[in-house]
Amino acid sequence: MTVFQEIGDFIVYQILGMKWLNDLIGNLIQWLFGESFASGLWGEAIHFFIYDFIKIGLLLCFLIFIISYIQSFFPPERTKKILSRYHGIWANTLGALLGTVTPFCSCSSIPIFIGFTRAGLSTGVTFSFLISSPLVDMGALVLLTSIFGYSVAFTYVVVGLILAIVGGTIIEKTGLGKYIEPFVTEGADITVEGPKPTIKERLIYSKDQMLSTYKKVVLYIVIGVIIGAVIHNLIPATWIESVLGANNPLSVIYATVIGVPIYADIFGTIPVAEALYAKGAGLGTILAFMMSVTTLSLPSFIMLKKVVKWKLLLSFIGIVMAGIIIIGYAFNGLEYLFIK
Amino acid sequence: MIIKILGSGCPNCKKLEANVRQAVKELNIEAVIEKVENMQEIMAYGVMRLPAMVIDGQVKSMGKLLSSEEVKKYF
Repeated sequence: MTVFQEIGDFIVYQILGMKWLNDLIGNLIQWLFGESFASGLWGEAIHFFIYDFIKIGLLLCFLIFIISYIQSFFPPERTKKILSRYHGIWANTLGALLGTVTPFCSCSSIPIFIGFTRAGLSTGVTFSFLISSPLVDMGALVLLTSIFGYSVAFTYVVVGLILAIVGGTIIEKTGLGKYIEPFVTEGADITVEGPKPTIKERLIYSKDQMLSTYKKVVLYIVIGVIIGAVIHNLIPATWIESVLGANNPLSVIYATVIGVPIYADIFGTIPVAEALYAKGAGLGTILAFMMSVTTLSLPSFIMLKKVVKWKLLLSFIGIVMAGIIIIGYAFNGLEYLFIK
Repeated sequence: MIIKILGSGCPNCKKLEANVRQAVKELNIEAVIEKVENMQEIMAYGVMRLPAMVIDGQVKSMGKLLSSEEVKKYF
């Protein structure tokens, strides 16, 4: 083993994976309740719950802080200005990339959609942005690294971006982009730019984002970790393997369809994914589930319906679902390349 | 002074309105507070991040839930 490999493993297992925390909690439960309880069904479930809850909470806070700082440089006004200078596939690519760094909350999705459209951006480019924004989250990248290692996390980001670029381009090229509500374009393109924030203001913004995001997603994490702990310890691996294993040809489709009505933050889906994976679900199946949960959700459809017509909304759902299913099967087929 | 709170009805928009009302009350100033939920009107200010606060026709903050103390600084 080379030095680099050792450093890499240390980052993946000890810093991101927090194996030391896992051991610490294990010892603590053993010390408090005795060996037989600790190695029993409930002991292990409690162990998994506490470990995962603390690990995800710590990583989440740290990540949101760093990411918010980067995001403070890319308000949507700036993204709009950058994107309006590009055309065609380059605009879609840039839209997908900027989707990952532009701070985005669901209550702002309509003004962003209208603002982009009025600035002359094509609907396809706006959709590339809207697909990548919840899908390719930098926080998710680091969490994925902590569970599945670098290669899976990196590939997830690349295929997520490709899905956003291709999805937006299809909407563009098929002419579906014109099916937006007329009021969206009925108005002038106005841009206001706030004063440039100071470093102190950026740090305060990052801290506020960190706290409010944690408060917002803590419930999802608790639910996700509980479901994860149940799967991890109480559901037999053979069940999961037969329904979601790579050998079941329909597994990816199940995972994608189940994921659509479920609305959860990516941080809540990761503990579920982790537990399913440990129990023998296919890697592609899990990624399809995660992508489907985060990108396609009822609240976002209701939002979008206010600015686009049925034809475009349903096409958007169809295109993204098809893309996720293809990605899922590709990952299941190539799983042996990623996991040794 | 006319203060407008631009928001689509999200929780943060409502909280900002409450904070503005509190700030106005605490400082005891004359102000008309108006909530704007109409998207056309919101877009006319060029705002893409909600909630936003507009004072006398000027956009003062976007995409931030200001506390009542922070709101006071803009009066």
